[in-house]
Amino acid sequence: MIRRLFIANRGEIAFRVIRTARRLGMTSILGASEADLSSWPARDADEVVWVGPSPSPQSYLSVDAVIAAAKAARADAIHPGYGFLSENAAFARAAAAAGIIFVGPEVSSLEAMGDKLMARKVGIEAGLPVVPGGEAADKAQALVRANATGFPVLLKAVSGGGGKGMKRVDRVEDLEASIDMAMAEAQASFGDPRIYVERFIASGRHVEVQVLGDGETAIHLGTRDCSIQRRFQKLVEEAPAPLIPDDKRAAIETAAVNLTRHLNYRGAGTVEFLVDAETFDFFFLEMNARIQVEHPVTEEITGVDLVEQQLLIADGNRLTLTQDMVQADGHAIEVRINAESWADDFRPSPGTATHAAWPTGAGVRVDTHMPSGGVVPPFYDSLLGKLIVRGATREQAVARLTAALDVLNIEGISTTADLHRAIVRDPRFQAGGVDTRFFEGLTHG
Amino acid sequence: MSVELPLSPEDVNEIATILDGSSYDRLDIRTSRFRLRVERSGEGWSQEWSLDEGAEVAVAATVSVSTVAVVPEGLEGVAAPLPGTFYHAPQPGAPPFVAVGDVVGPDSVIGIIETMKLMNPVHAGCAGRVVDVCVDNATMVDSGAILMHIQPA
Repeated sequence: MIRRLFIANRGEIAFRVIRTARRLGMTSILGASEADLSSWPARDADEVVWVGPSPSPQSYLSVDAVIAAAKAARADAIHPGYGFLSENAAFARAAAAAGIIFVGPEVSSLEAMGDKLMARKVGIEAGLPVVPGGEAADKAQALVRANATGFPVLLKAVSGGGGKGMKRVDRVEDLEASIDMAMAEAQASFGDPRIYVERFIASGRHVEVQVLGDGETAIHLGTRDCSIQRRFQKLVEEAPAPLIPDDKRAAIETAAVNLTRHLNYRGAGTVEFLVDAETFDFFFLEMNARIQVEHPVTEEITGVDLVEQQLLIADGNRLTLTQDMVQADGHAIEVRINAESWADDFRPSPGTATHAAWPTGAGVRVDTHMPSGGVVPPFYDSLLGKLIVRGATREQAVARLTAALDVLNIEGISTTADLHRAIVRDPRFQAGGVDTRFFEGLTHG
Repeated sequence: MSVELPLSPEDVNEIATILDGSSYDRLDIRTSRFRLRVERSGEGWSQEWSLDEGAEVAVAATVSVSTVAVVPEGLEGVAAPLPGTFYHAPQPGAPPFVAVGDVVGPDSVIGIIETMKLMNPVHAGCAGRVVDVCVDNATMVDSGAILMHIQPA
């Protein structure tokens, strides 16, 4: 039984994990960097351990530092959150070597899904359709592959993921230079210059399926639509994915479960698909072997605590949830409030949130670590908090979201609240079922 | 270092719902550890948390700063528009954007500041010649730190 849980993360997800750990009677130990020692999650955790200086490579991204801190804290288990080391096989191995449970999938799953090219291969093995394209071992092969696939193409980093390191190339004239840049960036960002090529599907929707597996059984908890993105970073997510015919939706969910079973996957994961907005043909993109930022929208419509499921599975339990027990009810939408200035091309805005009034009330959930007077350090990402609403219908959820955004008031730093107010006013958003071109068509209010 | 917050998010929602049915507009709870204000806001309700000031507050940016406080007379200083890590070149191994002696215009990119995982270009802000690069490559700087000196045209 996990009694002492080390949380190897920060910000809103650290707070989120602490909340469930507390409910389950576990002692929460937060591993905090220098900059986060007085953060709200640090004050809320039962214990706090210093994991290193503020810059991530010396703290949250340092396998040695985090494992040492967890050992010193006599932790039974480590929850890695999302980002940082959450999908790092070396980290999972180091935890196991230290006798600490890693709250996440087996190393074999991390390795299979972490290499996006291998994930494509595994997807094909599991019977999933994939986007036309493939491996590009060197520049010459990349050129051949891109020409065969047809333009526009998307260049993706094999060791990438989370929307990072992707380049769209529209014309063959730009291809060579783009390949050079993509490989250089992949090397710089992920330590691996390998890229692969995919056809760029213009009218596509990003639809993903939340899955749970215990190594033998796998179930799904429905779809999420994350098509509203800027530069492949999600801004708004909703559950279930709206306006998809039932039979197509069922096919996508089944494909996700098939992949999960094929991997003998243990833990919570998300299988991401690109769905053609006209035909609803779907293509496997990648699988994220961790809890995701947007997990709350699934929680709100199913009533399932995904972090609790992660902890139960990590502790060696079989899934007690069966597919029939998962009943989705209503609609939920999440918007990510980032410390960025929309007017200044999303320039990040670290500093102090002198005033932070978040909405509350019926159907409103706020996952944040930012109180009034809270500090946004310049070392990490810009996510301030997630505003999640649920309603009996999508219309009600959209109305609640509009009202909640009116209440939201953060001063002292720039935030993307205005961007989201523009999104909810957009008739395309109100109609639902938008594709990934949505953001380009958004008018700056 | 634990501050048990006895009110869960669900509790706060319930407070707002109860207040909504009443004639009250605000609930203000202050303990030695935190302050919570739940307040009517237009048609909805807001929650505002403040944590106790007594606990040690971390200095958010414990940065090693390389700043030149005074810009020599006759020169213009290019100031960092935000805090972060200042890089001279677009990526490791690439030639720097500018070198001493280069002529720049107001929109010339003279470097990048990486902060919160994003790369932010720094523009010269004036026309002239670069006479001094004040900050080493890959140095953390505060907002406002002087990065370069430019001799205006």
